[in-house]
Amino acid sequence: MTEAAPPADPQLCVHEILQKRIRALLGRALCIRHVDAGSCNGCELEVHALNNPIYNIEGLGIKFVASPRHADLLLVTGPVASNMRVALQRTYEAMPDPKIVVAVGDCGCTGGIFGESYASCGRVANVIAVNVAVPGCPPSPTRILQGILTAIA
Amino acid sequence: MSVRSWWGLATPATQTAGMRRLTVDAATWVRAAEEFAAADAHLLALWAARAPNQEGFFIRAAFIAAGAGLILELPIADCDPPYPGLEPFFPAASRMQRAAYDLWGLRATDPDRRPWLRHAAWPEDQFPLRNPAVLAAGTAGSEAYRFVRVEGDGVHEIPVGPVHAGIIEPGHFRFSIVGEKVLRLEERLGYVHKGIERRFTDFPILEGHRLAARVSGDCAVAYAWAYCQALEGMVGVRLPARASWLRALCLELERIANHLGDLGALGNDAGFAFGLAQFSRLKEHLLRANETAFGQRYLFDTVVPGGLRADLTPSAAHTLGDFLSRLAPEVESLRDIYDEHGGVRDRFVGAGRVAPELAARLGLIGFAGRASARDLDVRIDFPCAPYTELALRRVTRTAGDVAARVAVRFDELQESCRLSLHILKSLPASVHRVECPAPMQGAFGTGLIEGWRGPIFLALEAGTAGAISRCHPHDPSWQNWPVLEHAIIGNIVPDFPLINKSFNLSYSGHDL
Repeated sequence: MTEAAPPADPQLCVHEILQKRIRALLGRALCIRHVDAGSCNGCELEVHALNNPIYNIEGLGIKFVASPRHADLLLVTGPVASNMRVALQRTYEAMPDPKIVVAVGDCGCTGGIFGESYASCGRVANVIAVNVAVPGCPPSPTRILQGILTAIA
Repeated sequence: MSVRSWWGLATPATQTAGMRRLTVDAATWVRAAEEFAAADAHLLALWAARAPNQEGFFIRAAFIAAGAGLILELPIADCDPPYPGLEPFFPAASRMQRAAYDLWGLRATDPDRRPWLRHAAWPEDQFPLRNPAVLAAGTAGSEAYRFVRVEGDGVHEIPVGPVHAGIIEPGHFRFSIVGEKVLRLEERLGYVHKGIERRFTDFPILEGHRLAARVSGDCAVAYAWAYCQALEGMVGVRLPARASWLRALCLELERIANHLGDLGALGNDAGFAFGLAQFSRLKEHLLRANETAFGQRYLFDTVVPGGLRADLTPSAAHTLGDFLSRLAPEVESLRDIYDEHGGVRDRFVGAGRVAPELAARLGLIGFAGRASARDLDVRIDFPCAPYTELALRRVTRTAGDVAARVAVRFDELQESCRLSLHILKSLPASVHRVECPAPMQGAFGTGLIEGWRGPIFLALEAGTAGAISRCHPHDPSWQNWPVLEHAIIGNIVPDFPLINKSFNLSYSGHDL
């Protein structure tokens, strides 16, 4: 008498379907907040270049934002100067979860030429958790872009 | 009396053209500074150092005017009262003296005694350059800083930074405003102080140029050259002609790159994104040409003691020349667009004006100074080879506003293109590098190079066994940051990014 129950219909999982479609449309979109924690300004110049028409980072759906509250990824340059440590920590804490951190340049990776001293906490990972580190002094825009894309791959 | 007349009393303690050194007592220190200010000389730098006998210290101040440079050095013992501050004659001295106190514990008589480079990372009774041993890794914290308050009906404050909205170095700006109008701006810097001066003493003197190049990464060539000039002067190395010509080429390429970047950013800050797209495209192509020619986009470590890291090959020279001869007309057509664009002109003209009298009183220097009728250009007034042989056109304006700084940048960019092409065409045939030995302990040298922002000055002292006992690199941003506080007065807050970018001062080069 009893008929077999119908199988589950994935089409009814509205939430998941929507999630998938949103991902397909916006999945690569990424908002980056940059913090110079003590850099010589060399890495900033190369991060800037990502916005030029040749690297055209916005064409990939990635943009730099003015507030950490809008950001998915924190891009940190420089060794962490002691005078910038609190500002870096606060910027990180102000970001919503989940958050990714990319350290850029030899200084961000290891403390670089400035090292650790009374005025420098050294590499970024000494202060906040780092997901991807891009070496170079300074790294080329292509390498920085590669680091960002690796972090969200 | 001018710097020149005091110069006769001094000993040529360094091989840098026109720079001499004179030890003075406190009364002479004041009298000389007063006379230099009256004669419209420039205060180039002020810094402290340990005296060679390890007992006591020197406060040193470098001045330049009309082809003569003089370093005054005032001996100080620990038990001495505060040394006479130079702020009454050179307002820019104030922050340099506050920094010297933070690092050395030597106090000047001038009234502003707030810390400058020391925030809360080390205790106030410890001085990292005086006694390096006592300080371990920095402890973070924040300490209240007494900003000057502006009070009155409708006045409020906007604190900005240290982390700014864009991709930019950190610093704090405190605006006091009424409506949109800025009544006062007070800067607080020092956030990227990473102990560069102390770090120099960890380097062999023949390697220090690498750290010098990273004092301010956008002036890598200028700093490395200033460092090498100081070092080469100490040991009497004569640079081969090809090396000095190639250094000048690198220096001009650095100037071109920075002006290209900033001219684009200035268009963007005036709401003209087209300008940013075009100039950033040109800059990228220049950086790629740099990489092909010298193996480095920003020419880091290209300048080394004794010459250049590598020679420029004929084919690389040809490619670079090709690019530069195409660049100049492209920049000229963009200039026409900037000049004829009503919206851009409206934002540029009259914004952030520093009148020539104000510029003279505050000691504005570099290309920003030249936009306010301060005509010093080290390449012309203190030329080292090859500038002694290059007929360089001096660029000046008198309006002192954003439009004038933009005009100076356009003119200097074109002049640098012309110069670079000339250098490429007339490059002397010789080796690109000679051996540079380490100097004797106690040797003292200085370097002075016109970076794109202004004169980069560097004082170097040799320690034992090829070490560095003291290196003070000095960025023109020290002189110009205080002037920015004046440039913004009476302007509206939304024009600050534009005015700020028109100077584009260094944080790292200043915070050290």
